[in-house]
Parts: sequence; C-alpha cells; structure tokens
Amino acid sequence: MFPNAFRYEAPASLDEAIRLMTEHAYDAKVLAGGQSLLPMMKLRIAAPAVLIDLGGIGELKGWRETEEGLRIGALTRHADLERAAALYGRYPLLSRTARWIADPLVRNRGTIGGSLAHADPGSDWGTAMIALHAEVEAAGPEGSRRIPIDDFFVDTFVTSLQEGELVTAVHVPAPSGPVAARYMKLERKAGDFAIAGLAVHIVTDGDGRVAEAGIGICACGPVPLRAAKAEAALVGRPLTSDTIAEASRLVPEDAEPADDLRGSSDYKRDLLRVFALRALREIAEELEGRASIA
Amino acid sequence: MKIAVKVNGRLYESDVEPRTLLAYYLRETLNLTGTHIGCDTTSCGACTVLLDGEPVKSCTVLAVQANGREVMTVEGLEQNGQLHPVQSAFWEAHALQCGYCTPGMLMASYALLQDNPAPTEAEIREALSGNVCRCTGYVNIVKAVQLAARQLSGEGQEALQEVEAHGASSN
Repeated sequence: MFPNAFRYEAPASLDEAIRLMTEHAYDAKVLAGGQSLLPMMKLRIAAPAVLIDLGGIGELKGWRETEEGLRIGALTRHADLERAAALYGRYPLLSRTARWIADPLVRNRGTIGGSLAHADPGSDWGTAMIALHAEVEAAGPEGSRRIPIDDFFVDTFVTSLQEGELVTAVHVPAPSGPVAARYMKLERKAGDFAIAGLAVHIVTDGDGRVAEAGIGICACGPVPLRAAKAEAALVGRPLTSDTIAEASRLVPEDAEPADDLRGSSDYKRDLLRVFALRALREIAEELEGRASIA
Repeated sequence: MKIAVKVNGRLYESDVEPRTLLAYYLRETLNLTGTHIGCDTTSCGACTVLLDGEPVKSCTVLAVQANGREVMTVEGLEQNGQLHPVQSAFWEAHALQCGYCTPGMLMASYALLQDNPAPTEAEIREALSGNVCRCTGYVNIVKAVQLAARQLSGEGQEALQEVEAHGASSN
C-alpha cells in the first residue's frame, strides 16, 4: 500500500515549519513519528498534498525540568519517556503510560506531540495528560500559547489547534508532595488500542490526605475524558477503603463508552470501576509504604 | 528526492518518490528482499529493521525519513559467511516454521540483545510483542533468544548441548 503522491518538506526550524503550514494551510499535514499518520495515508483516509516532516527540528526533541514542572518536547518519543529513569520518581505516570502504548517498535518512532495532535479517543498520552492536568504548548504565526488539556481535545481527531498551529511541547506541573500513579489498560491482544483504560495520578500532603487527584479515562468517549466526580471525592481526604470505594463507583459516571466489537458499554463501565479500585489501592499502599519509611 | 542511506554498512544514493516506504525501498530499489512485508499496517512486524540501531517497522517509515541515517536489515546479520548467533539459535531451537516473520523476529531479537544481553523470558516476550508469528506459538522463539543470549555471552557450547539433549520444543 502506498500513500497518495505528496510534496515532501523537511524544515530545519520551527519558524520554517510554521511558515510552510501557513502557506499550505489545509493542504498540508505535519509528520512527527508517523505511526498514526502514515497508516492513515496508506489507507487513503488522509491524503495531504504536502507533508511537512518535523523530524529535523532539534528544538522539539527531549524533555527538561522547569521551575513549574516538566516540559516535554513534542517530538519526544514514547520509548524515551518509557526509559527516562530520571523521571520515575516525580513523574511516575509517564513511564507507566508509555509502556502500554502500541508495541516497542512503534514506541521507537511515535511521539507524544504527534499522539496528542492526532486526538484519538484511545490515546494513552491524552488520557495520562488529563490525569496530570497538563497544558499543551502550541506555536503558530501569531506566536506561542498554552492550552489546558481539558480545552485541547474537541472531538474525535479534532483539537483546538488553529490553522497554521502545531504542538511544540506539553507541560506537566510538578507534584506538590509525595506522588504515585498507575496506568491500567485492557487490550484484546498485545499492542492493540484499549478496550478501556484509566490513568490515575495522586499527590498527598504531609498528613496523608489527597492534595491533587487526576483521573483520565481512555477509549470511553469521543475524546479522552476526566473523571471529575471521582477526583472531587478524593481531594482533601485520606485514601481509605471507603474513599477509594466511593471514588471508584464515581469514575464510570463520567465515562461515555460505546457498545462495539471491543465490548459492551456496561462492561467497559465496570472495567473502569475495577481499574480505579485497583489503581487507588496500589497507590495507597505505595504512598503509605513511603510515609512509613520517611 | 535524492537520499543517501547507509544500509548494512554500505552507502546507497538514490532518487526516490517521497511516498516510497522504507520497506519497499529496501526490497525493490536495493533488492534487499530479506525484509518482508506482511500486514502493511504496522501490526505484524515482519518488516522490522534497525534505524540508527533501533528496531522499527519499515512499512511505516518513509524512505526519505531514513535520509542520512543508518539502516540494518536481516542481510546485515551474517558476517563472512557465518550466521549471526541469533540466526543460528533460531535454526537450532526450531524457532520458525514457514519463516515469513523470521527476518523481523531476528532483527527485534538482535536489537533486544544489543540493549540487554541477558533478558528474562518476560523481557523477551515484551520486546517481541510487536512481531506476530502464526506458526510457532512463540515458545521456541523465546527459547532461541535465550539460546542466542547464552551463546553471545560465551556459554555457547553448553547451551547448544542442552538443546540437542532435550530438544527445543516445550512438549
């Protein structure tokens, strides 16, 4: 299978990329890791006249810590975040999510910015970024801006990026205290999209109460969703079996799963409840263990 | 578009259409037909090659994206007429039947052992989780990677004798 013929552009800088996007507008698509776009082009679901390959733009690659948290460049590959041992302590959800994305070969090519801009409802990164309350950094002809993740996903394969804008990075806020996280996902077969998935990110204060709760829901709606009711039920309270059970019951209330080949909506809702229960129990044990050591 | 790609240590300069996929460039322009195309949808891993040392699915990489970079295909494993230990281990451990997935399995296994010379069974299965085999049931593939790991670490003869004495099959 081959894509439609296209004109290939390989800009060496972000400015040049934005100029090309402005010039070609809707005729152009941006190529990052290509693990979603190239299959779509081969299947002729996408047939851009111009392909702008960002691969040569060094400033979009890699992550660095900032005063407010972590800035992950758009072209940072899934495999890089999976193996970034320096981030395991403060940003545990990153590697825990990355290892669930597709398969190791795809993770060597696919990028976090590409995954977010593609806006698949089954995006593992989208789900994790919801849990982390991240912000997407976008650059366009008008300059750079930051978009809260809750405003970024508009609909399936649709983001709030404007014409001529591209994702340059994602910003993850630093945790204010002890942190633990889990990513849970059920697949029909290795490397598949999720039947359902759940990202849970918990930060506690000095007294063992939840200071920050982030819960993202994968593949259960038109976009990755936030389990806002469950988050609200956790903040300010300790992770006891009662609060965990209550939050777990609330998670499916914010999901909108469809009946499809991967399972019924009832099944997916129950899967989310069980994922939340398991994730929060594991997180509580992990944080308790850490508190008793300290 | 003009590209220059180093494949198995040799530099090739070609003029390709931008839409040419790396797998097709290797097979049809360079005549390196060891790289197989299976599903053509990033699922099966038959087309796995190393791009700058990392295993990738070459049906989902454009040839122009390999411009200025190094590719290693299954043809690059054998040296001076000698099979690479990963190849001989697949042979000895009966890790293939029809052989269609084998070039991809070999490249993914080779890349794993470069990174992790003594992988656990779980690590082997994870590293090969993007490569599909419809014949073997994977048991002998895992054994072959374990055998290759031991041979590469210098325990070669013992490992081979063990396979010969007990067979590679799990049955």
